[in-house]
Amino acid sequence: MPQTSQFCTFYLDSLLFGIELRRVQEVLRYIGMTPVPLAPGVVSGLINLRGQIVTAVDLRRRLDLQPRPANVEPMNVVVRSEDGSVSLLVDEIGDVVEVEEESFEPPPETLHGTVRTVILGVHKLQDRLMHALDTERACQITEEMEAVGPTQ
Amino acid sequence: MAENDIVSDFLVESYENLDRLDRELVELEKNHGDRDALAGVFRTIHTIKGTCGFLGFTKLEKVAHAGENLLALLRDGKLVGNPGITTALLKMVDAIRQTLAEIQASGQDGASDYPELLEHLKRLQTAGSSTSVPTVKADGSPAPVADEIIQHLPAPEKIGGVLVEHGIVSPKELAEALEKQERGDDRKVGDILVAEGHVKAEDVTLAQTVIEARSSVPAGTIRVGVNLLDNLMTLVGELVLARNQLLQFANTLEDVNLQSVSQRMNLIATELQEEVMKTRMQPIGNIWNQFPRTVRDVALGCNKEVRIEMEGKETELDKTIIEAIKDPLTHLVRNSVDHGIELPADRVKAGKDRVGRLILRAFHEGGQVNIEIVDDGAGLNRDRIRQKAVERGLVAADHAARLSDREIFNMIFLPGFSTAAKVTNVSGRGVGMDVVKTNVEKIGGTVDVHSKPGEGTTVRIKIPLTLAIIPALVVTSGRERFAIPQVNLTELVRVESNNASRRIELVHGAPVYRLRGRLLPLVYLGKELQLDKREASGSSEEQAVNIVVLQAGERQFGLVVDEVNDTQEIVVKPLRKQLKGIKTFAGASIMGDGKIALILDVMGVAQRSGVISEARDRALAEKAAEIAAVEKAREMQTFLLFAGPDDACMALPIETLDRLEELPASQVEQSGSQWVAQYRGRILPLIHLGHALNERRGRRRHPKPATEAADKQIQVLVCHSEGQTVGIVVERILDIVEDTADVQYPATRAGVRYSAVINGRVTELIDIPAILRSSCLQQALQTAPAEVVH
Repeated sequence: MPQTSQFCTFYLDSLLFGIELRRVQEVLRYIGMTPVPLAPGVVSGLINLRGQIVTAVDLRRRLDLQPRPANVEPMNVVVRSEDGSVSLLVDEIGDVVEVEEESFEPPPETLHGTVRTVILGVHKLQDRLMHALDTERACQITEEMEAVGPTQ
Repeated sequence: MAENDIVSDFLVESYENLDRLDRELVELEKNHGDRDALAGVFRTIHTIKGTCGFLGFTKLEKVAHAGENLLALLRDGKLVGNPGITTALLKMVDAIRQTLAEIQASGQDGASDYPELLEHLKRLQTAGSSTSVPTVKADGSPAPVADEIIQHLPAPEKIGGVLVEHGIVSPKELAEALEKQERGDDRKVGDILVAEGHVKAEDVTLAQTVIEARSSVPAGTIRVGVNLLDNLMTLVGELVLARNQLLQFANTLEDVNLQSVSQRMNLIATELQEEVMKTRMQPIGNIWNQFPRTVRDVALGCNKEVRIEMEGKETELDKTIIEAIKDPLTHLVRNSVDHGIELPADRVKAGKDRVGRLILRAFHEGGQVNIEIVDDGAGLNRDRIRQKAVERGLVAADHAARLSDREIFNMIFLPGFSTAAKVTNVSGRGVGMDVVKTNVEKIGGTVDVHSKPGEGTTVRIKIPLTLAIIPALVVTSGRERFAIPQVNLTELVRVESNNASRRIELVHGAPVYRLRGRLLPLVYLGKELQLDKREASGSSEEQAVNIVVLQAGERQFGLVVDEVNDTQEIVVKPLRKQLKGIKTFAGASIMGDGKIALILDVMGVAQRSGVISEARDRALAEKAAEIAAVEKAREMQTFLLFAGPDDACMALPIETLDRLEELPASQVEQSGSQWVAQYRGRILPLIHLGHALNERRGRRRHPKPATEAADKQIQVLVCHSEGQTVGIVVERILDIVEDTADVQYPATRAGVRYSAVINGRVTELIDIPAILRSSCLQQALQTAPAEVVH
């Protein structure tokens, strides 16, 4: 009996990513954000989630990807982290997929940089690879990132 | 699992019970014969003992049991309380508390079974009973006979107790009835009393309802987690927003039914919000309850006698605030006992009651809660504080001489300040008072100290009702809204566009604004937060400049914002860990339109902009009192200069004046012995300054103020004092000038406050209340005795 787990998938710069479904609280369309001046660049702003103030983290920036084109409105994947809810901004939401444990492989040695710390590894789907996100890591904003101002 | 729940319930309940025990035992010490208090203490211990036995904490049970035995003797009147017994019982409470902590940590009752304490408690049972009888007789407290009757009285939850309490039967009659019961009469006490003709049957029924009401009281409360309350609060906040939208929508539709429903919804939501807010409120008595014990222990430790009184125990405060002020309050209370109140012998020598009084007072005032800690001790020693401050280099000697009493007293809150001649284990270690101040200020409060030598000291703390909701000023900068907590706000200044560039000057590139003659450093919010550089740079020339004057600790600075919107009560929500690193923001809040606004941390902004640099922060804080005092002394005041009698140069601070009037002398009329003039539909009493200052006792009649020709104009200064408007007739108005008036000389005649050099001339500052008092006007108006107004 192979062990399976469910992932909520989404796209970032045409790459496929996945978050364990049990970590996902809800998925929302784009909602207005209040920018936080002086915050690290990965923090896009604050959103009002039914009276709760939730920090929105731009996953593209978090994963060192190209900035999102201006015409693409991001969607919110609200996840539960150790420090309450965090909204992860993604380009587009995909399906919920069920993967077996055997399909998992750690990231290749040739992968360097920040990305390596945020990605657990990949699941080999039939037609493509799904990057499994380390949700806790993705929600963490470290001291070095504090130094990065929002303005270039 | 289930057992764990029972244990944790037991722990929570026992902690509460122990806190109550502390209080009750101290109460009991003051009032040995108080049977209600004794019964309460006994019940509490009994409950703890019972539950321990049930849960198998045998060591704890043993300790409680020893205490219970001792208490039983006290309750039955076989033993009379004394400080030794109370101390032992309090020690037992401490032992129980310690064991409970061990249970909480390990699930087992502790290693120690307190053999010494048990032995001591046992010894007191026997030793006490033999010594207690003589003491009863010696100090003339209740005779043994009365004791015996009391011993037979049942607790107030029994029918007989209620009847005695209401004075329907005498204790003796009840004792007789009880005796009958003991001898085998199987009727109820009530029935026996009715049969004997002592009471009516209705009274017994009434007493029964009283008992039922008493026994049902504890069912009225349940324990709820704070998280749940916080969630409720969040949801209610959202409900209120949804309601606002609904109301707007309903108004556009003009549907009567919808409108009436939405109106009801409006009322319900508002009420719901208020009620939910209340759930977080706790009476301040919850933390005060431990103070009788604290005071007793500290007082015993330094051989003092102190009585604690509390006023306004029921004053409610938000839970978070209650927790935040607990430590500062404890420190202040200990300090008052340790330093404030004198030794009994010294008190007697000073003609005071040998028992010192410590009063805790709490009350609401203007949306804030005031807490006062008042002692009737020796008061603060002004000269010692001054000397110490100079010694420690906190203030320069020549400045110290000029400080007012209040400024000197408040120096005790400076870091590193302690005047305690000897360091006790309680206080005097030079930490404390500044920590008290920091902690109170952290929650948006203020501390102030007043003292009168020989009469005592009052420390007053003012704190907001709640931290969750604060009044704030909403401003806009770079198209974003920000909230500034009102506590930091001093004033708002708007510099109009035509002279903005002239009024805002540069000190080597750093913008400053002259606020009443002092340079106020300016911080541009847009620039500081890197919002939009273009907007910030262009603004100073064409647009009006809005300056929000803020107080950051001891420093003031002006925050330049694009727009000042309005003031609002905002719900404060903390920022998540990801954003905690940004010191500029204290939190966030959801505005009426559902959007989020960040709350500025004024200290953080000041630090970021360099108004306060962390390196010199400490040094500044120490010098702050000095700077403030010097500035205060140098403060510019506006004076009206006028010629008094004999062309003497005289002055009045402009704020005491209502108006300057020129009246024709013909308008002056006489009413009784008083000269008056009709002024704005009222009768204005007139006092001629020349006559008032040369007043001699016993002279009742005044000459007409204007003795000159009737067509002459007289100069009248319309001013108010103690609720009374009067006109002071002077010879000539000279000028209005700004001056510091810091060279002063004491007054040489009545009606003058002091002389000062104003505008280069020695000028007398007249004292309106004194002039009013010296004229017969005061008696005629029958106003209350005047106070000297500074």
